[in-house]
Parts: sequence; structure tokens; C-alpha cells
Amino acid sequence: MNIEGHDLTIGYPDRTVGRGLNVALSTGEVLALLGPNGGGKTTLLKTLLGLLKPKTGVVRLDGKPLDDYSIRERARVIAYVPQVHISTFAFSVETVVLMGRTAHGSLFSRPSAKDRIVAHAALERFGIDALANRPYTMISGGERQLVLLARALAQEPQFIVLDEPTASLDFGNQGKVMSEIRALAESGHGVLFTTHDPNHALRAANRAYLLREGTRIADGPVATVLNREQLEALYQATVERLTDPDSGAVAFLPG
Amino acid sequence: MNRSALPGLAIATTVLIGGLLLAFTVGRYPVSLGELFTLLLAKATGQTADVPAAIQSVVLQVRGPRVLAAALVGAALAVAGTAFQGLFRNPLVSPDILGASSGAALGAVIGIFLSLNVLAIQALAFVGGLLAVAAVYAIGSAVRARDPILVLVLTGVVVGALLGAGVGLVKYLADPYNQLPAMTFWLLGSLAAANISDLLPLFGPVALGTAVLIALRWRMNVMSLPEEEARSLGVATGPLRVAIVAAATLTTSASVATAGIIGWVGLVVPHLARSLVGPDFARLLPTSAILGGGYLLVIDTLARTAAEVEIPLGILTAVVGTPFFIWLLASMQRTWS
Repeated sequence: MNIEGHDLTIGYPDRTVGRGLNVALSTGEVLALLGPNGGGKTTLLKTLLGLLKPKTGVVRLDGKPLDDYSIRERARVIAYVPQVHISTFAFSVETVVLMGRTAHGSLFSRPSAKDRIVAHAALERFGIDALANRPYTMISGGERQLVLLARALAQEPQFIVLDEPTASLDFGNQGKVMSEIRALAESGHGVLFTTHDPNHALRAANRAYLLREGTRIADGPVATVLNREQLEALYQATVERLTDPDSGAVAFLPG
Repeated sequence: MNRSALPGLAIATTVLIGGLLLAFTVGRYPVSLGELFTLLLAKATGQTADVPAAIQSVVLQVRGPRVLAAALVGAALAVAGTAFQGLFRNPLVSPDILGASSGAALGAVIGIFLSLNVLAIQALAFVGGLLAVAAVYAIGSAVRARDPILVLVLTGVVVGALLGAGVGLVKYLADPYNQLPAMTFWLLGSLAAANISDLLPLFGPVALGTAVLIALRWRMNVMSLPEEEARSLGVATGPLRVAIVAAATLTTSASVATAGIIGWVGLVVPHLARSLVGPDFARLLPTSAILGGGYLLVIDTLARTAAEVEIPLGILTAVVGTPFFIWLLASMQRTWS
């Protein structure tokens, strides 16, 4: 299965953010979306999710235009993990994860016993089942990110789209989220995430898509696309490349 | 399940029962609990009651309709407040946020100005409330914005202010001896005139609106998330928002038409209910309804017994509500932040 954005012009009614964009994501792979602030990462992400209509071009899910799917059908195939936020009301962690089951129920239904089993399996997968009865507002930022990941998994989707999943996390939790993203791809999900850190793309993604001022700079395997020249062009800043002599792992430092 | 809803529901139910007993027994003509139970039991089993005729008349004709109306209005306002607070993701929202009360107020003062009968005034108030919210919704949706919720709230504030000016104009033009006192009385809220014939037009819309909201209880949880998140979870937010606003407006307009403008109930009671059973609408809505009924019963009993003359409900709810809300702000932030 795949999501394809074909020749997309993206933006808002009053403003065009990007043009001529072609993006594809298949199940089992991780695509990282990189680029400076205001370059159109989030807009592209929302367009691929169907939250924003493309101004021209078409997004296809499994070959069919995204518009042909109902909101509910879409939610059973694509899950969205927004940036970590604090909710207005103190729902329990279990309730937040159960919200991921909404698209599997009818308009008037409440979560069933099966929904609870799926939700608890998702909580267990991320090792946070002990938090089930805690208010979502009273847990740490890293825990919240994992709860939102569990909610996405509870949707039983083919694709999971994450908006800056590491932005507000400490170093350790960033690593945890990176390895969970890899694990999601190994279990057959297609994962798309935006990030400000090329090292996170190197760590978790198969492919990287570089976006600057609404235009694609490059798209390809991380090992070939993420090099010093590309990154300097992408961010208009100097970048230093480091290589670990033992493992051969590569990392980039800004400035 | 996380913490059980039962203790919270039990507390709310106790408040309601306490409020009912208080409202039936306390007043210028005291009724003992024994007399009340004997009478109600006899009525329920179809026998003739062994209590004085005066007591029967006080309980059944005088206090009965007023007690039921108070419970219904309190429940309606609390349910509508709960729904709007969730929908607008803001715990400071009350049922009149979209102009239902100001629309109803304009309808009612126009009715009084035209010297219409009570039923016509109530009908005008009811229709005024519905029309005001429909207008706010239409204008709010016509303005294309990234944050439809914010636009809706701002439109509600603006239209509410315009309707308030309309109320002011009608009051200015009204006969100061006959009409103006009636308008003032209505705008401050009262159940003194509630009678049997009010109950059905009140009960119908309140029951319908509440039933719709309770049926949508799980979706309402999701609707309290940011718009895009709710949609990505499979909820068609646009149509659902219309349904929730319509249901909450129905209950608000019906209660404002019967009792005039009673503020604070729809703001304070949802907080109390949330602190009892948590934010899940499946348990919050029924708890809010029960607690709101009990709360207004207590307030209404105070209104008719605390002083020589009746105290307007809107004034009492404000006097009780303000310090209570300040206390809530100071001590219970954890229930929403």
C-alpha cells in the first residue's frame, strides 16, 4: 500500500506554500521530511493527511484519490501524531488511547471490550500500561509523546504520520522515539515524520525529503541525500560532518 | 476503567434528592417530610391521602410545577454548559456563549413590549434563542478562517452585544410603569410564575437535546481535542459541531423561555461535576444534569424563602456563583490544566 502526492501545489486559501511536489510513502518504510522553518513541512504533512486540500494536484491512497475516502475510512488507514500538547481536560491516558478507536465504532457507540484490548496492547507495546489510569495532563512530555504514539497504533493504521515527534523531548526520549519509529516500520507500517535534526533522519529513516521554500531540494535514501553540501544548501548554514571511526556512523553538527 | 463514577454520581444524586425535599417542604407554608411522603405515596398508589387539603394544594399545585421546572431548568443549563465547554475546549464557557440568552432576551422583551400573553412571550424567547445561535453559526461559518472555533466564539460575543443593544432599545421605548418592571423581572430570571402548562414545552426540548448529547458522548470526548486531531481520528467535526450546538441551544432556549435569564449554573455546575467524575462525557453529562437540577432547586428555594420578597434567581446565582468560581479557580485548576 502507498500514499502518493502527485504534482501538488500546497497552501491555504490566501497563500501558496509549495509547488510541484511529488511525494510517495510505502508501508514498511520511514520517510523523514526535513527543511527550515516556514519551508512547508507541516503544510505538506497536512495535505498528505487530507486535513488540507491541495490547491492543485492529487493525493492518492492505494491508487484512489484521498477525497474518495470518508473521514472515518481515512482514519482507519492513516494515523496522525500531532506535536505534544496539553489537553484542556484531564482525560485518563486510557481514554486518550481509546480515542484512537473512534473510527472503528459507529456515531453513537462507546469503546467496546475489543477496543480496550487493542488500546491496552498499544500501551503495553510502548511500555506505558502502568500509566493507563493517570490523567494525561499529569504525565511528562516524553510519556505524552508515547501516549499519542499508542493512540495512533490503536487506530490500527497502515501509515503513521508524526509532526516533529522529538521537538519537545529530552535526549533520552528522543532516542526512544527514534527506535519506536524504526520498530513501527519493521512491523509493516509506513511512517512519515518531520524533524529539525538531520541526525534523527539518519537514525530512524530510510529516505529523506528535503524541502526549502516550498520546493523539493532532494528526495532519496538518507545515506545519499544527507550530505554536507545538501544540508548546507537546505539550511543556508555551515555544517560539519563527523564520522565515528569504529562504527562508521555519520553525524552532522550545525555551525 | 479508571476511578469509578459511582461515588460522584451518588453525591450528585444526594444533592438532587436533598434539593427536592428542601424545595417541597420549606416555604411560607411548611410541609413536614411525613406529610410529603404520605401524600406522594398515596398519589403514586392511587389512594386518597390522609393530609389536609391545604397541604395537598401547596405540594401539588403550588410547589410541584415550580420544583419540577427548577430541576429541569438547572439540568438543562448544566448539560448545555458541559457540552459547550467541551466543544470550545474552554472551561470558562457558559451556555449563552453563542448568544442563546441574548436572543431569547430580545424575543421576550419584544413580546412584553407588544403586550402578548405569557405563552407567546415564551415562544418568542425560545425562537429568539434559536435564531440568535443560528445567525451566529451562519456568520461564523461564512468567515473563512483557520480557527473556526475562535471565529464562532467571537461572532457570538459580537452578535450578543448587538442583541443586548436591541434589548436596551426596547426597554428604553417600553412603558415604564407596566412593561419595564415585567421586562426587568424576566431578565433577572424567576420560576415564580412556573405552572403545569410550562412543563411540557420545557421538558420536550430539554429531553431531546440532552438525549442527543448523551448519545454523542464518546464523540464529544474526541471533539474536545484540537480540530485537526479530531478529524484525523475519524470524526467529521463540521456536522458533529452543528449537532452539538443545536442540541445544547435547544435545551438552553427552552429553559430561558421558561425561567428567564439565569447565569452561572451552566458555568459552575459542569466544573463541580467534572471534579466529581472526571472529564469523560459519558459520565460527566448525566452527573452534570443531576447536579444542575439539585443546585437550582436549592437556589430557587433560597430565592423564595430568604427574604420577604422573592429574590431574582439571576442575582442569587451570581452571588453564590462568583465566590464559588473564584474558589474553583484557585483550588481546582488540576481538573482542566
